[in-house]
Amino acid sequence: MERVPVLKIGDILLVSIQVDMQDQTALALQEDLSDRIVATGCHGVIIDITALDIVDSFVGRMLSSIAAISRVLDAETVVVGMRPAVAITLVELGLSLDGIRTALNVELGMELLARSRADEPEDLGIDGLSATT
Amino acid sequence: MTTDVGPQMVTIAADEDVVRVRQLVRIVAVGAKLSLVDQTKLVTAASELARNTLVYGGGGGAEVTVVDSGRRTGIRIVFADDGPGIADLDLALTDGYTTGGGLGLGLSGARRLVDEFEIDTAAGRGTRITITKWAR
Repeated sequence: MERVPVLKIGDILLVSIQVDMQDQTALALQEDLSDRIVATGCHGVIIDITALDIVDSFVGRMLSSIAAISRVLDAETVVVGMRPAVAITLVELGLSLDGIRTALNVELGMELLARSRADEPEDLGIDGLSATT
Repeated sequence: MTTDVGPQMVTIAADEDVVRVRQLVRIVAVGAKLSLVDQTKLVTAASELARNTLVYGGGGGAEVTVVDSGRRTGIRIVFADDGPGIADLDLALTDGYTTGGGLGLGLSGARRLVDEFEIDTAAGRGTRITITKWAR
């Protein structure tokens, strides 16, 4: 079984899916990515599906799961590079990819992650509490 | 009159066979000059049904044929297994219904993606699904 590599670039984990994935490969990616988020403390995940010529319900579910797992691990996921024909087919298939943020390419995905990280309110630690009193 | 051109068989017995079905259907769809969107829809439908054949049918086969109605060319794929069959077909074709922990979109979604969809099944008698997509 092939494995999909997970690359760390700054505060972001980048996954570029370049193979026609077997279901087992998709499941392995889900686990590898979860491990890497925890190991690196990265707050953003970009999944590039430019090379995928279809996204069926299994891969769609994997993308939704990865987004949900990442969120629980304090990371945000952006899926980038979906082909127009894939988008049309996904919608007709009935997959809405709930909870997944998308961008047209890797560069826009990185911008999206940087913006949403900047918009997040700072954690209210001891300092935050004392500042309000 | 319908003339058929060379059926090609893929045995579906393992995970990687689902990938092989997708690849064969893509090649045949390109050859039959389906549009890119129609190729994508057909390959996606084939992927769903091949997975069903494996997961629910316990394995089986897919047969891909180029068909010619005289006016237009299409691709017909038959998925067959000798598994437990489907007892309640209406229920199985309902969006979101699943017995296998999936999203329940495989059967109902695949039907939406093709032009013709026929299913022949009964409890204990296996399942045979025939789909056709015509070039526009």
